[in-house]
Amino acid sequence: MSDTIELKYEVSTEDFTRAGEASSDVKKKLRQMGVPPEAIRKVAIAMYEGEINMVIHANGGTITVLIDSECIDMTLQDRGPGIPDIEKAMQAGYSTAPDNVRNLGFGAGMGLPNMKKYSDEMKVETELGVGTRVNMKVFIPE
Amino acid sequence: MTIGELQKLNILEVVNAGEEPERELKGVFCCDLLSVAMGRGQEDAVWVTVMGNINTLAVMSLTDMACIVLAEGAVMDEAGMTKARQQGIPVFRTENPIFETALLLYRWIKEGNGAAVTENTGAEV
Ligand SMILES: Nc1ncnc2c1ncn2[C@@H]1O[C@H](COP(=O)(O)OP(=O)(O)O)[C@@H](O)[C@H]1O
Ligand SMILES: [Mg+2]
Repeated sequence: MSDTIELKYEVSTEDFTRAGEASSDVKKKLRQMGVPPEAIRKVAIAMYEGEINMVIHANGGTITVLIDSECIDMTLQDRGPGIPDIEKAMQAGYSTAPDNVRNLGFGAGMGLPNMKKYSDEMKVETELGVGTRVNMKVFIPE
Repeated sequence: MTIGELQKLNILEVVNAGEEPERELKGVFCCDLLSVAMGRGQEDAVWVTVMGNINTLAVMSLTDMACIVLAEGAVMDEAGMTKARQQGIPVFRTENPIFETALLLYRWIKEGNGAAVTENTGAEV
């Protein structure tokens, strides 16, 4: 498998019940490709957290996933308010999630820490009033 | 213990039986916060929680947990029910507290016998 496969998803905020669909679809496709389960698990966790953040903190956006034999590369680009203090946002337990979202079980403030932990590389670029772009890479073991 | 065997024990109410009765259960996980479950939920675990919604189901399948047990009388909301049926996800429920439920399941799964738990906690099962 030397080719690169590209998957693209629109993440909308309108339908909360669909949050997680992109991650589920990627998981399914990686399984079909025979990617090792541990790498799939890392991708599923990191991407789901990112997808949920796009839904609850930003106004949705797009996810692009590039897959080759060595790496799963995820880019999540949203149209949200941006993150004023990334260092603070990265702290375990820090969350600005509103009550209606917390009542659904979100807002533990563990999303960004999970993304950092389960991806092998992570880069966050954010601009206030414009949006946030998160790039995460999970390397596929030999 | 498999999901089908758990069902036959009759200690939980079946909300949706699912499509994998022969799937082996390997552990028990408890926490209602989705990000914690996402990071710590183990493959083939039973997830005991009070959160009965579509997001619980998403986290469950992304982490490869085996089934959901709603404790403390919690129920699955309508959107969750639809999704559980569509995707064949096993869901059980009980009026009993989370701790007793998890302990009982742990004993059955790890030791093959949960009868003593029922006696000691007085849980009505
Ligand atoms: N895409 C995003 N756009 C704007 N703010 C974000 C985004 N992702 C995260 N944040 C901010 O960082 C905080 C921490 O995020 P996270 O660790 O995922 O916890 P949680 O989502 O549970 O609040 C959020 O509460 C929010 O204030
Ligand atoms: Mg989050």
